[in-house]
Amino acid sequence: MARIEDQPGGIVASAANAVEAESAPDLTAAAVEVIPPGIVAQSLAEYLKAWSARIRGGDAGVLPVAVALLAVAIVFTIVSPNHVFLSATNLVNLFDQSAVFIVLAMGEGFVLLLGEIDLSIGYVAAIGGIVAANLVQPSPDWPWWAAILAALLVCGCIGAIHGILITRLRMPAFVVTLAGYLLWFGVMIIILGNAGGVSITSTVLPNQQILYGIVYAYIDPLVAWIGLLVIVGLLGGAMWLRDAGRRRSGLVAPPVGLTVAKIAMVAVAGIAVVAISNVNRGNFLPIVGVPWVVPLVLVVLGAWTILLERTQFGRHMYAVGGNAEAARRAGINVSRVRTMGFVLCSGTAGIAGIIYCSQLGGMTTNINGGQLVLYAVAAAVIGGTSLFGGRGRAVHGLLGGLVIGAIYNGLYLLGFPIQWQLIVTGLVLLAAVSIDSLSRKGVGSGSGARA
Amino acid sequence: MAERNEPPGGVPTTGQAIAPAPSDAQPLLRLRGISKHFGAVQALYGVDLDLPAGQVTALVGDNGAGKSVLTKCIAGIHAPDEGQMFWEGREVHIRTPKDSASLGIETVYQDLALADNLDIVQNMFLGRERVSRALLDEDSMERAAAATLASLRVTTVRSIRQPVATLSGGQRQAVAVAKAVMWNSKLVMLDEPTAALGVAQTRMVLDLIKQLKAHGLAVMVISHNLNDVFEVADRVAILRLGRMVAQDSLAAFDRQSVVDFMTTGGSSREVLAAGSSQAKD
Repeated sequence: MARIEDQPGGIVASAANAVEAESAPDLTAAAVEVIPPGIVAQSLAEYLKAWSARIRGGDAGVLPVAVALLAVAIVFTIVSPNHVFLSATNLVNLFDQSAVFIVLAMGEGFVLLLGEIDLSIGYVAAIGGIVAANLVQPSPDWPWWAAILAALLVCGCIGAIHGILITRLRMPAFVVTLAGYLLWFGVMIIILGNAGGVSITSTVLPNQQILYGIVYAYIDPLVAWIGLLVIVGLLGGAMWLRDAGRRRSGLVAPPVGLTVAKIAMVAVAGIAVVAISNVNRGNFLPIVGVPWVVPLVLVVLGAWTILLERTQFGRHMYAVGGNAEAARRAGINVSRVRTMGFVLCSGTAGIAGIIYCSQLGGMTTNINGGQLVLYAVAAAVIGGTSLFGGRGRAVHGLLGGLVIGAIYNGLYLLGFPIQWQLIVTGLVLLAAVSIDSLSRKGVGSGSGARA
Repeated sequence: MAERNEPPGGVPTTGQAIAPAPSDAQPLLRLRGISKHFGAVQALYGVDLDLPAGQVTALVGDNGAGKSVLTKCIAGIHAPDEGQMFWEGREVHIRTPKDSASLGIETVYQDLALADNLDIVQNMFLGRERVSRALLDEDSMERAAAATLASLRVTTVRSIRQPVATLSGGQRQAVAVAKAVMWNSKLVMLDEPTAALGVAQTRMVLDLIKQLKAHGLAVMVISHNLNDVFEVADRVAILRLGRMVAQDSLAAFDRQSVVDFMTTGGSSREVLAAGSSQAKD
């Protein structure tokens, strides 16, 4: 009976709430500042205005990482002896060193996008490199492509094991991949055996030469220029046709100036990379050309960008990372998407491991998989991927990996010991995560929808 | 398969016999004698409910009256223990959310089920994306989403490519409703659609509900807010402690009688209210 007596009060209370809502300012009103500028702007000037409003609103896109990269480059150029940081030799070296961080960060990006983390990819990458290296040794002497495929398959299976444990047994990703970190470290030592290492620096085995050549073989300068022309032409043409088509049919499209600016940026970056790489870097014998690792990284970047942003599967990954419950209600198989996220993460780590193997000329038990994974997470987050899930792109791995690589490279040039590399990288990571947290807070208070 | 042909027997006529309130023609969805218990707790006792097309039915009741359970039975989340459901006159058995979706029933839940990081188009097509040559067909999805929003007169969003996180509460609700009606749905159930909204936003959502009705959809609104009920509803169904205590056209009620039914299961003002409405007619 008490319930019944309570009830009219309940209605009065809800009526009172309604009155309160009337007098209070409408907290649910939209915060228009955080709308991505490309959507509402009609011209380049409007775009820049909207962009600055968005930065003030806390969601800065790739701006912080671009500024960070520029700042790191300027500082190291000034303080390095003879400005050696900007020398062609060092910049090509920087691409090579960054490649591992970039590809690892793209892999880690898949699980960060889902709001998860994978702590094991450092040693998973090492296993990928070791499998490929072992298969091109004189005794099995597999063709290089079969060795690479086998390595990626092994890494993909490792990711599948992680994913199945996490989704089917509902174990936290942190714990599963922490266990994986130890487990695959141990497995790595077992595979390497008594020798404690495997080398791919043979000059007589062609398959070893190809793996070693990922980092240490160079594209002929003329071929590189032609390739650049083709890539920029195709990419620019595709971007232009897409945006122009959408503008014509009245769909949401960026202004003409922005499309042109984007294409110009791609072209300038490409020309810079090819021009720098085509400077002779040798002291006695000429060393000229773009290392093969550069197009390899670009292929991974392109493939993962298309997968994430242009396919249904990629859309579902964003949905699961943004609101898993909404994704489930929309009929998306959330467990499958999450498992695939771990498979893609470990598989991409395998590519990074092969690059690392090429860079080191082989693999040894000295590989520090713990440091690699932390650099990978740091690179992804510095690039703009959210640790909280739902936001991240493959290009974030590229930009963040370059920042990490530049810090690593610059401090090494200055003769700073390892402890300072660690401290500076840690500080940059903290700065990146604080930007991530603040922008998230900004969006949250803007929409008023969820705490 | 969810649907089963009407058994050749007198069962439906029993349903007809206990029809509580005659509504014009045949209701889109007719529930007869729906009961549901969870362990020892009886949540619904033989509930009858008619949801006619082109009308807004408000489902009201105190907390724990069984509104959510009844909604979830229609949505296929709970299977009723007893009772029958007739969809366009045919008996159906809704056992899973897929069954209800294939009939054309969509539910807009209180927590909206939108992904904040995706834009409006992406949310409206979530899980049912259009694909051409292995890639997403963004252009056609954007056109279809824009057309749906325009048909519902949702014009306050600045761009349908803005992330849902940047929308106001009312706009989010509008996107959730538009998502529900986009799939040729015939019955849309809204769970407390205005609960978290300010005045302007509430107005927008109520207008949206009227648009759904104008499009000939059956709409069921679960609401605590009697202002909203009296603004948009054509019919009112009142649940109390798992029983349907009153169900009639809006004119048969006034605010006090609705409160009386919700709290005590009966109203002394019932006759008076009906009388006054007749007098008005």
